[in-house]
Amino acid sequence: MKVFLSGNEAVARGAWEAGLIFASSYPGTPATEILQNLASYREIKAEWAPNEKVALEAAIGASFAGVRSMASMKHVGLNVAADPFMTLSYTGVNGGLVIAVADDPGLYSSQNEQDTRRYVKASRILALEPSDSQEALEFTKLAFELSERFDTPVLIRLVTRISHSKCVVEVGDRKEVPRKVPQIDPAKWVMLPAFAKERHKVVLEREKRLKEFAEGSDLNRCELLSEDIGFIASGICYQYVKEAFPEASVLKLSVINPLPLELVRDFCSKVKRVYVVEELDPIFEEQIKAAGIHVVGKEVFPEYGEFSPDLVRSVVDKGYKPSYISFSDIPARPPTLCPGCPHRGVFVALRKAKVKVFGDIGCYTLGALRPLSSIHSCVCMGAGVSMEHGAASVGMGNSVAIIGDSTFMHSGVPSLMDIVYNNSSSTVIVMDNGTTAMTGKQPHPGTGVNAKGEPAPKIPMERIAEALGVKRVRIVDPYSVDEVYRAVKEEVQVDEPSVIITRRPCTLITTRPDEIWEVDKDKCIACGACLKVGCMALSMNGKAKIDEVLCFGCGVCAQVCPVEAIVKRNGGSNEG
Amino acid sequence: MKVDIIICGVGGQGVLLASEVLGNLAILARLDVKKSEIHGMAQRGGSVFSHLRIGEKVNSPVIPLGSADFMLAFEELEALRYAPYLKKDGVVLVNRQRISPLTVLSGDAKYPENPVAMMKEHFERVFEVNALELAKKAGSPKAVNMVMIGALSKFLDWDESLWLSAMERCIPQRFLSLNQRAFSLGRAG
Repeated sequence: MKVFLSGNEAVARGAWEAGLIFASSYPGTPATEILQNLASYREIKAEWAPNEKVALEAAIGASFAGVRSMASMKHVGLNVAADPFMTLSYTGVNGGLVIAVADDPGLYSSQNEQDTRRYVKASRILALEPSDSQEALEFTKLAFELSERFDTPVLIRLVTRISHSKCVVEVGDRKEVPRKVPQIDPAKWVMLPAFAKERHKVVLEREKRLKEFAEGSDLNRCELLSEDIGFIASGICYQYVKEAFPEASVLKLSVINPLPLELVRDFCSKVKRVYVVEELDPIFEEQIKAAGIHVVGKEVFPEYGEFSPDLVRSVVDKGYKPSYISFSDIPARPPTLCPGCPHRGVFVALRKAKVKVFGDIGCYTLGALRPLSSIHSCVCMGAGVSMEHGAASVGMGNSVAIIGDSTFMHSGVPSLMDIVYNNSSSTVIVMDNGTTAMTGKQPHPGTGVNAKGEPAPKIPMERIAEALGVKRVRIVDPYSVDEVYRAVKEEVQVDEPSVIITRRPCTLITTRPDEIWEVDKDKCIACGACLKVGCMALSMNGKAKIDEVLCFGCGVCAQVCPVEAIVKRNGGSNEG
Repeated sequence: MKVDIIICGVGGQGVLLASEVLGNLAILARLDVKKSEIHGMAQRGGSVFSHLRIGEKVNSPVIPLGSADFMLAFEELEALRYAPYLKKDGVVLVNRQRISPLTVLSGDAKYPENPVAMMKEHFERVFEVNALELAKKAGSPKAVNMVMIGALSKFLDWDESLWLSAMERCIPQRFLSLNQRAFSLGRAG
């Protein structure tokens, strides 16, 4: 049967066909839809874990127990999971274990542009990279088998353009795999130094066998056409090369770790000039050149950003100038907080309170942009809370951390523990909108729902904070700018840890309040104060105007209007 | 044959569903097809696009610059933004709707006076569609995307029934008749 699948959907389908039993993940663009799709299969126990480390560890446990298991995440998620990941290479697997990791060249939705292939090389495991959805399905399916054959976790490396591109895919049926007995073998699974020393040698031996496999595997494909010009590429870059240079020779790499260097040597001996086309880091190039093979790579290609057929062509063919029309000075249309977003009121209050704000990862990171301009740092998940502690500890003062509810569960909890244990007078604002909003409203441990949409125990963040020893925990309504402002002002003054929870559901998971706001044109002085809340529903054309369709009715704009010109339509006051 | 289509608009206008229908259409027509788009941070009320490539065999899911045969612009300013993908004699279907980005609303930037006229200066085959009006007539302002698909269908050889089947494959039953009505209005308009 032929269906239209994204790379992520195809990975999920391939895993299901391979008899996958257990999968865990934490949402992160561009990898989110892998677990989302896995959750739709009845046979698979698919879960959202609090973070990627937990997800991978749970998958390792399932593998130990004897079933095929999987963890999926975005590239920076692998940083969180790096600890189990590196040692999993030593223990190997029992049931096949596949890790799908999606990189984000061009940073469409990420805080950095790191290359997962560095991790793969460091861990000496097997990695495959598909170049379209069909391969995403086939490689994932095969990966479970290879994982068991070579006793290694297998990493499927994706990039945004593969994860989020759809292609025609021939799908198959699921084949159940007999459950193995749990692998009770301390020398393999208990990574005490004495055992780990021996396992390290096993890893190096395994790498030799993986190299032999890579050299002989028909997953790598040599397409000999031109003797003058050739390319070495994997994944999406293979497609760009085929598009830009259909007549050239191509060595398509699908096994991307370990590299089949003899195959590369052979290819390069048959083609005069060979380019290595790889987005981000020169991982292939470094290895190929270290083997004494002459290729051209990052001397001409950038080490940053996303490639395209045009980029590949114009780098190689200096005379190529695509002909197209381009308009200058087009106003940017950056992403913004939705009308009615409960985060908006918090940012307006923080701006007014003139505090320094340590931000975190989520929709609310958009609060850093104009006109809200209320966030002063964003490093990684949980960092806002820990940075607030560090800064408070050295006496910076007048600062807060903000973190979303899902991110708080992800890695904010240990950071809050740090604040209490090491006794800084930090203030942490948990912006609780009841979902993982940015990635598409996935549930998390605080929502009372699991990945399958079934009811689940709800873990309340206020009780976590209290249990950690925070005495000052308060819950405020983010639609009330004044309430948030007063809470912030008070809590940054006190000499002990405090937590403010701003609680309102994300507009994507709730219905619009039954309130319509409008501008009283007689009162409006066109000062533009309302525009500074950064809401798409507001505009100024002589006087302020509210777009009735876009307006969600939060009333935050009414609270910043100096002349009370924004009013509820039914004669209500603006005491939001 | 080869058909490269760039679809663009603003988050919430249904760009992704429109390209989903086109992808399924290609499968029904037994052709190869790839589509590429961006989710996540890039989508919150921001500019949204989808590359759709139909042919006997498609390699890159991304359309090379200056080579798209069609543009479906759901919003006027967005037509200008994605113009670099269009070939000189490409067909532009632009919805007569303007949505000011936050940069314009906050006074940091100015919305171009007449994007459609600017497009017409450089491209010979620019057609305006009153998609919002037709969508409302069909029963919902949200059906702009299907009106635009309907308008596109006139330029391509596939039977109307194939288009309607493609819609059936990706639109929930309860919204189907509304969307098919919008499609027909776009096709007739």
